[in-house]
Amino acid sequence: MSVDILMPALSPTMEEGTLSKWLKKEGDTVKSGDIIAEIETDKATMEVEAVDEGVISRIVVPEGTEGVKVNAIIAVLASDGEAVAKPEAKAEAAPARAEQAEAKKAVPQIERPETAAPEQPRAKVMADASIPEGTSFTETTVRDALRDAMAEEMRRDERVFVMGEEVAQYQGAYKVTRELLQEFGERRVIDTPITEHGFAGLGVGAAFAGLKPIVEFMTFNFAMQAIDHIINSAAKTLYMSGGQMGCPIVFRGPNGAASRVGAQHSQDYSAWYAQIPGLKVIAPYDAADAKGLLKAAIRDPNPVVFLEHELLYGQSFPVPDLDDFVLPIGKAAVKREGTDVTLVAHSRMVGFALQAAERLAAEGISAEVIDLRTLRPLDTDTVVESVKKTSRLVCCEEGWRFFGVGAEIAATVVAEAFDYLDAPPVRVHQKDVPLPYAANLEALSLPNADDIVAAAKKVCEGAF
Amino acid sequence: MANKPKGSKKIPAKASKADMLKFYREMLLIRRFEEKAGQLYGMGKIAGFCHLYIGQEAVVTGMQACLKDGDQVITGYRDHGHMLACGLDPNGVMAELTGRIGGLSRGKGGSMHMFSKEKNFYGGHGIVGAQVPLGTGLAFANKYRGNDNVSLAYFGDGAANQGQVYEAFNMASLWKLPVIYVIENNMYAMGTSVERASAEVELYKRGISFEIEGEEVDGMDVLAVREAGEKAVKHARAGKGPYILEMKTYRYRGHSMSDPAKYRKREEVDDIRTHHDPIEGLKGQILELGHATEDDLKKIDNEIKAIVKEAADFSLESPEPDASELWTDVLIEETAG
Repeated sequence: MSVDILMPALSPTMEEGTLSKWLKKEGDTVKSGDIIAEIETDKATMEVEAVDEGVISRIVVPEGTEGVKVNAIIAVLASDGEAVAKPEAKAEAAPARAEQAEAKKAVPQIERPETAAPEQPRAKVMADASIPEGTSFTETTVRDALRDAMAEEMRRDERVFVMGEEVAQYQGAYKVTRELLQEFGERRVIDTPITEHGFAGLGVGAAFAGLKPIVEFMTFNFAMQAIDHIINSAAKTLYMSGGQMGCPIVFRGPNGAASRVGAQHSQDYSAWYAQIPGLKVIAPYDAADAKGLLKAAIRDPNPVVFLEHELLYGQSFPVPDLDDFVLPIGKAAVKREGTDVTLVAHSRMVGFALQAAERLAAEGISAEVIDLRTLRPLDTDTVVESVKKTSRLVCCEEGWRFFGVGAEIAATVVAEAFDYLDAPPVRVHQKDVPLPYAANLEALSLPNADDIVAAAKKVCEGAF
Repeated sequence: MANKPKGSKKIPAKASKADMLKFYREMLLIRRFEEKAGQLYGMGKIAGFCHLYIGQEAVVTGMQACLKDGDQVITGYRDHGHMLACGLDPNGVMAELTGRIGGLSRGKGGSMHMFSKEKNFYGGHGIVGAQVPLGTGLAFANKYRGNDNVSLAYFGDGAANQGQVYEAFNMASLWKLPVIYVIENNMYAMGTSVERASAEVELYKRGISFEIEGEEVDGMDVLAVREAGEKAVKHARAGKGPYILEMKTYRYRGHSMSDPAKYRKREEVDDIRTHHDPIEGLKGQILELGHATEDDLKKIDNEIKAIVKEAADFSLESPEPDASELWTDVLIEETAG
């Protein structure tokens, strides 16, 4: 059987090239790996190696031919033991010959009809966990709610462990892992060296192997060193493996501005992580949500980025006294009902939105406050339904405006509820500068309840 | 050429006839598979990046022989050989290269991203050096579970300069994790030679400040690789922590298919192919010892050719993934609990 030697593609973009030199001639015996020819493209000169063994029975494209299309037959190889055909007269115009060869390629060709991408399935939004009538509540700090969530899940599942800087002996830089070492021991509560990239990668590897790591970043500012593992290793591998390689891991820690710690310790990463398919991203406000959602995150079979807020750790909220309080990921909560304007927020901004709603009420404006709680998957239904009622939208976030969470919410609402809107949506956000240290400048940079009140009045202008 | 792979005529006593023939077969499968992949790339049937393992076959073949059930393997983007050595179906590997539904990742990963939980092959990672902390995490899981499994983390001389490698070394040594770091030093990180990129070119010494033992191995000699591998695996399995093996090896082809390899001389490649080829070297030993005749080996060659041909045919016949595959496998859909 003879084998066609085809003009190879030597790069992802090559379409044609010059067959600059034959290093073998008709009648030569070649074996796999022998260099048989040189090809020039606009980028480089490359060598062509023989793949099969045999005798070159015919050179179809003579050296010096330009514009030889990829996959054109350039020579014919007779396999071992086969009588070599007498070399024919030299090929005429090679490209023409090559075109003929194109037509009878032996390789099965893929039929690729022009199909549009199927529509993205909508994420299922689950009902909130119902809290039975008569349940008592205990005032709990966000810090302790998070701690309790980890402790409960560690009791429940032996595969869960927590690692990070100062999580064990020091009891947590912000005391979120307080007393976990005492209860679970150093096998499951692990102090790491200051090595974010390394321990994030190590955690992802352990999750691939079936453990359920909780990786604490002292703050998410430091997770920038580890973001490659969060995105490239944790978020993308399930897809790249065709569904084989799950990564049940939680990356958690404080996110956003603390107080007077300057630009490098104060960034809000909500929009960064929320952009990534393959991640779930949670950013709760109150203690009950922090507990119920962290428990859900630890149980989730997917990588979850859990954004906490340092300035909320010490705030107390009622948490239901239930043995196993788990909330659904991907469900927003209406924290205050209203009819005139929808205030959408997450994390610490929910507190400001609630304060703003209170003040707006005093001025006769009824604001509805939606706590997104989860940023990915985003519960746009709850937002859209609210806007259909209020016809006005203010998006509040602590981070920068550009390409932010508010931009996504506003675009979604404009696309899905345009006819209901009575005013263009307005965004409240951090000023477009690195966060300054000076007290007055820091205050000017960060959004607060005043900004939300002003924004709400703006979208309501002329309505009352 | 300070970094030149050493030839070896030494025959470790433990190499039985069966082992030698098995290694010959495994290395040949990788070589023929990769040659076919290169050919399919040339035909436009494989696209994107495609990094061939030709020349380095002895490393993974020798190391794989040291493992037992449950041991894990992870590597970078030059991963086809590792998958074949882990026992993955050549059809599935080739069909992933052609981007078909029959591929190991259903066509969604490509050359650099393949995995098999069943065979404990954890990828297939495209970011240089990322597999080192990940592989250390696999070892962490073994220690956490209290089993005596080990993980092998393969990486190249280029990855050896990534900071995360040393973060992983530090934790692995600190926590005595059962991981073997196999540095495949093929002398060039893409187009940059080790001498031009590394202040310390003897990469097996890179663990010294973490108190990790390391040794240099002739990575062109499968029996030398196995011997060193067994020692390293025994060390890690015994709970003594990580171990570094620097395999002196060589890739015959460019870094990827689109690399014209102008940073090295053809004579250098020819010299290694002629004098240090891992497959020819083992073949010579097999013949010299009378373990097989030329005819016996030719028969193996033909069997391998048939396997590779079948893989190529399968990879071209398998359909592209259905459009509905676009949206699957982004997340595991499962209710919490």
